Amino acid sequence: MRRLLYFAPLVAFALVAIWFALGLTRDPSVIPSALIDQPMPDFDLPAVKDAGVPGLSDEAIRGKVALVNVFASWCAPCKVEHPILMRLAREKRVAIYGINYKDWWEDARGWLGQLGNPYSAIGYDEAGRVALDWGVYGVPETFLIDKQGRIRFKHVGQLTPDILNNTLLPLIAQLEK
Amino acid sequence: MIARVALFLVILLAALPAWAVLPNERLADPALEARARALSQELRCQVCQNQSIDDSNAPLAADLRRVVRERLTAGDSDTAILRFMAARYGDYVLLKPPVRMETWALWFGPLVILLIAAAGLVVYFRRRRETAAAPSAPLEPDELRRVARLLDERPRR
Repeated sequence: MRRLLYFAPLVAFALVAIWFALGLTRDPSVIPSALIDQPMPDFDLPAVKDAGVPGLSDEAIRGKVALVNVFASWCAPCKVEHPILMRLAREKRVAIYGINYKDWWEDARGWLGQLGNPYSAIGYDEAGRVALDWGVYGVPETFLIDKQGRIRFKHVGQLTPDILNNTLLPLIAQLEK
Repeated sequence: MIARVALFLVILLAALPAWAVLPNERLADPALEARARALSQELRCQVCQNQSIDDSNAPLAADLRRVVRERLTAGDSDTAILRFMAARYGDYVLLKPPVRMETWALWFGPLVILLIAAAGLVVYFRRRRETAAAPSAPLEPDELRRVARLLDERPRR
């Protein structure tokens, strides 16, 4: 019995090592959303001038499965993920809305004109205050809203085809039911 | 030469810590501003995640500082403002984690480990005293001869 006790530190070390090894596979700087399963915040944002789409409010989003993408013209990863949004818009998989975060409307308009506009409506959040209510701390961020207007998913950082195919599209299909 | 060194030292000592709070952000009421600074020091900057929003130069930190001051001017209590931030950004935004079941390991873990180590030490020393107290039997004559032979065989330095 005493012999077995001598293995206790080794076992403890092994357990802690496994726990830390698992932790090392995760990114500590990514903060999970506090708003999952909560109703989306009330807001009413004006349109980006001359962008060709109306402004955005929570009422406009409610009632259908929606993807809300926070973007800015000065944000490089937003440009990288843009083709994915264009593809989603072309294939009409889900209603896509945008929040233009702390941008200048001329720059946003030019950016959309150059790259294409996948959004049905864009809220111009010049001060970033609405994004704060959404718990946004960087761009780009993408949210999925269900038909009842609850936030069901948040992704921090640019969308990749991997995330699109393995997480977004299945979740959209599930929420559509 | 000495004047140069002296001047250098004076400038070095006169360097103040850089403050992230800009003059135009500060509230007019000093009591409210003091509360704002205290609250800001308890909120984590989500971008530079090891700094408080009081220290951080990130634009998001400036936004959050402004929101804290707005809510203070609107009359919110300190707890209400911290809850406001935690509702949007999660408990991670609070630099002092709340004491909840999920954070018991964080708050009480070190104390528990210390107690286990202390208990282990007590058991170890008590056992040692027991074995030391047990009297050893005197040596037989042929064992004495073996001891003498072994001592003689020890290599001399």
